[in-house]
Amino acid sequence: MSLTRTILRSPAVAALTSPHGVDRYLELVNPMWAAHEVRARVVRTHRETHDVTTLTLQPTSTWPGFAAGQHVQVGVEVDGTRHTRCFSISSSDLARRMRGDRTFTITVRAHDDGVVSKHLARHAGVGTVLHLSRAEGEFTLPPLLPRRLLFLSAGSGITPVMSMLRSLVDLRYEGRLTFVHHARTPEETIFADELDEIAQLPNVDVTVLHTRLGDKRLNELQLTALAPAYADTLTYACGPAGFVETVRELYAGRDTLRVEYFKTSTLPPDDEAATGTVRFARSGQTAANTGATLLEQAEALGLRPEHGCRMGICRGCTTRKTEGTVRHAVTGAESSAPDEDIQICVSRPVGGCAVDL
Amino acid sequence: MSNPTTLTDEQLEEFGAELDAIRRRIVDSLGEDDATYIRNVVKTQRAFEVAGRALFYLPPAWPLAVAALSVSKILDNMEIGHNVMHGQYDWMGDPGLNSRRYEWDTMCPSEQWRYSHNYIHHTYTNILGKDRDIGYGVLRMDEDQQWRPYYLGNPVYATLLMLFFEWGVLLHDLEVERIVAGERTWADTKHLHRGMIRKVRNQTLKDYVLFPALTGPLFPMTLAGNAVANLVRNVWAFGIIFCGHFPAGVATFSEDETEDETRGMWYYRQLLGSANITGSRLFHLMTGNLSHQIEHHLFPDLPARRYPQIAEEVRDLCERYGLEYHTGPLRKQLGSVARKICRLALPTRRRTTPEPVEQPLAA
Ligand SMILES: Cc1cc2nc3c(=O)[nH]c(=O)nc-3n(C[C@H](O)[C@H](O)[C@H](O)COP(=O)(O)OP(=O)(O)OC[C@H]3O[C@@H](n4cnc5c(N)ncnc54)[C@H](O)[C@@H]3O)c2cc1C
Ligand code: FES
Repeated sequence: MSLTRTILRSPAVAALTSPHGVDRYLELVNPMWAAHEVRARVVRTHRETHDVTTLTLQPTSTWPGFAAGQHVQVGVEVDGTRHTRCFSISSSDLARRMRGDRTFTITVRAHDDGVVSKHLARHAGVGTVLHLSRAEGEFTLPPLLPRRLLFLSAGSGITPVMSMLRSLVDLRYEGRLTFVHHARTPEETIFADELDEIAQLPNVDVTVLHTRLGDKRLNELQLTALAPAYADTLTYACGPAGFVETVRELYAGRDTLRVEYFKTSTLPPDDEAATGTVRFARSGQTAANTGATLLEQAEALGLRPEHGCRMGICRGCTTRKTEGTVRHAVTGAESSAPDEDIQICVSRPVGGCAVDL
Repeated sequence: MSNPTTLTDEQLEEFGAELDAIRRRIVDSLGEDDATYIRNVVKTQRAFEVAGRALFYLPPAWPLAVAALSVSKILDNMEIGHNVMHGQYDWMGDPGLNSRRYEWDTMCPSEQWRYSHNYIHHTYTNILGKDRDIGYGVLRMDEDQQWRPYYLGNPVYATLLMLFFEWGVLLHDLEVERIVAGERTWADTKHLHRGMIRKVRNQTLKDYVLFPALTGPLFPMTLAGNAVANLVRNVWAFGIIFCGHFPAGVATFSEDETEDETRGMWYYRQLLGSANITGSRLFHLMTGNLSHQIEHHLFPDLPARRYPQIAEEVRDLCERYGLEYHTGPLRKQLGSVARKICRLALPTRRRTTPEPVEQPLAA
């Protein structure tokens, strides 16, 4: 840690800048100065396809780095409101060590009605400052690389696998690497040129399938033809929910499979649980339980609970539940402990409950 | 359900619906401009703060340093702290401007203040026996508060509360008067102690030890300067806040009147229980827009910069419903409050209506 940072993080500076903290002063001088928080400036944008853009980010000195395959929560202001979404890092995690390059990239597909993705992919130009979390996630390569690796991706799900692929190329990985990617058309294939280049390496097999041009979606026959021993090979898969589900079925519970979801599929709400009343203790409001997540129910009453990802990842919505039972919208797990901290974005009340909102 | 208002039930309902509509319109239009506004206020406040701290190194600039630091503390507590802690900027999703995280430059921990102010005072505004902001447990601010000889000291207590306002706010939640009266025990306040001690330690360390020490031989001057800045803020905040609910004509309510009240009645109570102060834009900024106390009480969690705009609609509403809209310049409101504090030091004379007597038609 540099001397400046040691000073900025010292208890003395904390005492002098109390109660706001040193970052609240530094950011006003230069948004790229920080002692604790992590931010990044967009230094380059590159259009990959008609709706996908890669942003190169220069992080503040507080950025601790990442491992290939991890994602980061990106906060961006759109019309005065900061929205936070997860994005996988798409660049090599060895760029810093090998080329002294501290930047990294995220690659974003613009959803037509997507607040953040459209903003990042279309409007966030060079100079835009983004708020970052630390890199997170266990979708990473093992410390000891096996002799064979298999990557399966579809659409924008290529991003975390691309980061791994680029890192392995940087590392001069000598094992056998098979990469099967599904895109709609050649024009919509992200990183197409680079994939062609990497395919020249003798130990790498790259297959890009175009589902709009007659190639089949992922199935057993296809996978067996491309990677006969797939179930015994350490495999990384990422793509739309349907794609990941297919992969999981093919692996039937084998421990060789690692997956990353871009969108957690939630269980359908259970009408029988939608009884009783929900009490929002802090604001003194009560309402009949609609069966939706507590975050949605609170927002419907005009409350504005803090939150980030809205999908159970960031823990930005953690709130104390004082009474009642909630069911996790993704896992279906129920918990009834009084006074427990829950993630309200993925918690649906089962009957009446009370939360500290 | 009783209806203690001057409006019929239907009128009340309509009145509430109109205010709800104003609220919805404002919420829908929140955006970039409001975010930029509050960020600029924060920038200004931090600039005054840094300037104030720095000017203490130049002994001849001492008055300037004190002035800059006073402005910083007033902005921090009022336009930023008070309003951010009401959740006025929660929609921005900025942790630095979030109601649950913001900590202000004063003795009272924000968490405790949010409970007593946002919840108790704003929910039970001007309900005698419930709203502890009526007299803060030490003053007699309403005729219906039973007079006791203790209240002879009303003007003295008010002066002390003004000078030590930040300490008064800090101790507010302990409800010392109820401990004295035996309705509450010291142990009941235990959960508050740690937060209080930590905040007081941080504030004291910064203003009365570290910053003075950093100016070396100028230690006493800097210490005195910081104390004066805190004092200036105390007097100002006290003045503005007392003008918000206690000028003559502002209504108080009883618990019975407000049982099961409707949304319309709640709005009605907020409107008649508050008073505005007229002034320039700079004045409104320095009061944290509490000069728009009426609008603030109607919509405590809408960004204060919108209050002037809302005020026009509220005044129009008052005219149409024949309701009073209390407002006046600072001097008038302060005078009215000061007179009330002195008058209520003495027992209230019950107006004795003389027995009607027969009287000839022509003299
Ligand atoms: C771990 C993780 C890594 C991710 N990595 C990337 C990445 O590298 N590149 C990338 O482009 N995105 C990635 N995402 C998805 C990203 O976080 C956002 O969900 C996506 O960009 C949409 O956000 P939005 O604000 O534009 O849409 P919102 O305004 O949140 O939603 C608009 C509409 O789009 C739908 N929608 C939201 N997310 C998705 C999705 N993932 N797939 C399909 N429909 C969706 C919503 O249901 C809604 O109807 C990742 C997500 C996770 C959880
Ligand atoms: S909002 Fe991210 S976990 Fe709930």
